[in-house]
Amino acid sequence: MRHTAWVVLLGLLGFVAPVPAQDLAPDALVKNVTLEVVELISKDKEIKAGSRAKLVGVIEAKVQPHFNFNAMTALAMGQNWAKASPEQKKRLTEEFRTLLVRTYASALAAYSEQKFDFRPLRAKPTDTDVTVNVRVLQPGTQPVTLDYSMEKTASGWKVYDVMIGGVSLVANYRTEFGNTVRASGIDGLVRDLQTKNRTLAERK
Amino acid sequence: MKWLLAVVALAMTSACATPGEERDPRDPFEGFNRGVYRFNDTFDEYVATPVARAYVSVLHQEIRTRVGNFFANVQDIFIGVNNFLQGKFEDGVNDWARFAFNSTFGLLGIHDVASDMGLEKHNEDFGQSFGRWGAGPGPYLILPFLGSSTVRDGLGTAVDYYAAPLGEVRPINLRNTLYGVYLVDTRAQLLDASRLLEEAALDRYVFQRDAYLQRRRSLIYDGRPPREKLE
Repeated sequence: MRHTAWVVLLGLLGFVAPVPAQDLAPDALVKNVTLEVVELISKDKEIKAGSRAKLVGVIEAKVQPHFNFNAMTALAMGQNWAKASPEQKKRLTEEFRTLLVRTYASALAAYSEQKFDFRPLRAKPTDTDVTVNVRVLQPGTQPVTLDYSMEKTASGWKVYDVMIGGVSLVANYRTEFGNTVRASGIDGLVRDLQTKNRTLAERK
Repeated sequence: MKWLLAVVALAMTSACATPGEERDPRDPFEGFNRGVYRFNDTFDEYVATPVARAYVSVLHQEIRTRVGNFFANVQDIFIGVNNFLQGKFEDGVNDWARFAFNSTFGLLGIHDVASDMGLEKHNEDFGQSFGRWGAGPGPYLILPFLGSSTVRDGLGTAVDYYAAPLGEVRPINLRNTLYGVYLVDTRAQLLDASRLLEEAALDRYVFQRDAYLQRRRSLIYDGRPPREKLE
């Protein structure tokens, strides 16, 4: 009995250990991670001064674990995914991950000074595939929507697509990927992605 | 009008030079569009972007926000009209209330007091109204200077311009100045977005086209389009 009372008391005071990420509801996960990252970005002097490497580092450490890049690459590849060898799949996923992390980092950095509005999740507790809606409120203009498509996995909820202002990142790469594969094959696409990533990395 | 013909001629000649790749059904005029795209890109690189950068470096953020607010306020009138045309009366009333509060308490719109009062800004235009009434986008089009559009949205843009209160401003000198500031301010607001596009895209033309088409579809459904399951 005494034990229970302690737990309740500690809980009230907020001393209970934080819930591990695997058990967090998808909307709570998005909220926690977004707020943490935005706080880091807006307080970091190097990032403020324009350090891309530092910014990408933060996204890699904090956001990347919650993304399912394998699923994202498969969706962006469409029918061509089945034609890729395991080795090609691995390299595609790796290059696409690098590109997506950079794109997402730039988008989030652009909004880091704004207020975020985390919408209540409209889903049943039994759902395993949900969309978490976030809005970035900007003074004077229409809010920008960030919609995260998420799927429940054994290691917690994972993002498999991000829609920025109604534009799905994954869907937007589909035509490009399709065109490149048609013109120069899957290896050609891997090469194009490598070149792209190298150019971006050199720019700092 | 002459420049328009020149642009079209330029686009036509480069259209022939484009290799016969597999056509995207949404973009039957791809060759022509890529021509206009190159023209716009050159204009943007040498004129629009430098001017927009200069504008950003000369004017403080605070002042730029006021300028942006002024134009945004004028647009609320027709954003409201379009919401009424789409049968969204509550939203239309919201937009006109925004205009009323911002024009008065917001000092001709330079302060967006309506947003602070909880009256949210909407995004509507005639192209979206046509879409809401059932018009499909039609072929993708790139308009000289204006960029991505479709047949439907191009017609919508023409109506937008024709209806815009800014066109009624006299003397003509003042009207032209306002147009100029409006265009520079709009381009300046897009500097971040264009850098993002540059970073993300393998083929900027394709990336921009697909993003535009997705974005317009989302806007027509006010951010809640029927979900398309990706395979």
